[in-house]
Amino acid sequence: MVLQLVMAPNWCGCGVASANSTKISTNAFKMSSNRFNFSKPYPGRAYRVTAYYSLTTPPYELDALEPYMSKRTVEIHWGKHHNEHVERLNKHLKTSAFYGHTLEEMVKATYNNGSPLVEFNDSSSVWSHDFFWESMQPNGGSMPKGGVLDQIEKDFGTFTNFKDEFTFAALSIFGPGWVWLYLKKNERKLAVAPTQNAISPLVWGDIPIIGLDMWEHAYYLDYKDDRSAYVNNFLDHLVSWHSVMVRMMRAEAFVNLGKPKIPVA
Amino acid sequence: MQPATACASSGLTIPWLRRCSSLRVKCSTSQRAHCASTSTADTAEPIEPIEPIDPIETDPEPDPEPFKLKPLPYPFNALEPHMSKETVEYHWERHHRGHVDSLNAIIQGTEFAEMELENMVLTSYNEGNPLPFFVHASQVWNHDFFWETMKPGGGGNPSGVLKYLIERDFGSLDELAKEIQNAALTQFGSGWVWLAYKAHRLGVGNDINPRPSKKDKRLVVVKTPNAVSPLVWDYYPLLAIDVWEHAYYMDYENRRGDYVSVFLDKLISWDVVSYRLKNAMFRASKREKMEKREMLLDKMKEATLRVKVRPTPKARPKMKRRQY
Repeated sequence: MVLQLVMAPNWCGCGVASANSTKISTNAFKMSSNRFNFSKPYPGRAYRVTAYYSLTTPPYELDALEPYMSKRTVEIHWGKHHNEHVERLNKHLKTSAFYGHTLEEMVKATYNNGSPLVEFNDSSSVWSHDFFWESMQPNGGSMPKGGVLDQIEKDFGTFTNFKDEFTFAALSIFGPGWVWLYLKKNERKLAVAPTQNAISPLVWGDIPIIGLDMWEHAYYLDYKDDRSAYVNNFLDHLVSWHSVMVRMMRAEAFVNLGKPKIPVA
Repeated sequence: MQPATACASSGLTIPWLRRCSSLRVKCSTSQRAHCASTSTADTAEPIEPIEPIDPIETDPEPDPEPFKLKPLPYPFNALEPHMSKETVEYHWERHHRGHVDSLNAIIQGTEFAEMELENMVLTSYNEGNPLPFFVHASQVWNHDFFWETMKPGGGGNPSGVLKYLIERDFGSLDELAKEIQNAALTQFGSGWVWLAYKAHRLGVGNDINPRPSKKDKRLVVVKTPNAVSPLVWDYYPLLAIDVWEHAYYMDYENRRGDYVSVFLDKLISWDVVSYRLKNAMFRASKREKMEKREMLLDKMKEATLRVKVRPTPKARPKMKRRQY
């Protein structure tokens, strides 16, 4: 979060925007609180604090995902693409009615049931990219354990089946898109789905568990056009089952998954 | 039944002929003369009768590759340093060829295999409900178009009719470049940016002409997502810039704006664009004439239909003859 001090604009119904007016409305905000003492450049004017989104850092060093995702890719993907989305989103939010929404709310609201508004692409990209960096870890991959594995086996048959479905969905995308492992709220099971451009399962109300960026900028420098190698390396060496477990735990607060299938000895 | 004959002198074997016919085009005149002089079956050497091949029954083998990957008009490293050899190689060899192969795999043996590529793009677009091979056909067409739009040592300024139209419809070449940049940067995801000649009256929300005029025939900058091209909107494309990331990522990383400006300054072949414009204007005017003619014919038909013709003359009271 970035806190900024701005002159209160007129449209919010509080504060005064013009330089000439001497009328000050101080009823809406008490600016003299002890905790919140800041120096006012123009004394006597009303101020409002606004906050915008900032670029969150991945939970590992930029070169920690080598050799499966090179440092250069992460630097450009995070430092330039993700950053650009954050900056564009903030630019929109300066004049948008969706200022103040959380990212998830904004994604759902701006999707507008298929006729996305102008803030959708950037807000969804910011959310998806945050999710993506957290879906990976150095020394990731291999097998999940415990309840996660049980749930996957319950919904896909075998773990290999899940990997095959995930890979197939990833390779079926034409153009830019994402592939998700998500939890269907209504059917109470995990599923895999590919999406186009910046769409995520949030827009249709389900809970994403893993997200993989299939835009060309995510893999072109490392794998050129060999997308299957990229997806296989992600599943075998990068995906963070730890974050999957955390997300499933959180999802269980919203969806009753019942008891996982425990094999009888 | 006489057995098949052979012209012994020339060694020609015409199995389905009972004797040399003077009407056979394949035989030369000397051969025909020879056969005519030796027309009796005695001198002919009978050959084993061969089953005549019925051309209707056996279909020819379907061509496994109805479409071939068109070679580049320049070597891979010709566009250095603005577009590296690696990019061109990968782009053409992997992406373009991939689309050609996929297209061939899908249409082989179907009725689409006989079609021209442009026709196939329009048919498979199916007015918004694309058939599965639309993306491949369209990408093959788009990429062919893209490679031809560039040339080593390109850039410079347009001339002639193209220059006149750019200045009329955009103001100047710089304004056009700005429009194209804007379209490229606002195309979210993958796609193409086009300069197209719009001869049709229907407006499509995507066309951007900062100086709309009453004239329909004008240049427009259009951006399309993924594999779509302005052919489907009945425009005549003049230049194409591939803004899929694979086209510029290795050279420019995420700087799409730089890639587009270098394309316009150093890679574009204005000669090709001018040629395409002339072609487009010619086709558009021809089409307009045909449409006018058809409209006139329709009107004439309607007019003739409206004329009521009585089958029998109206019954009128008979006039009395005046008695003088």
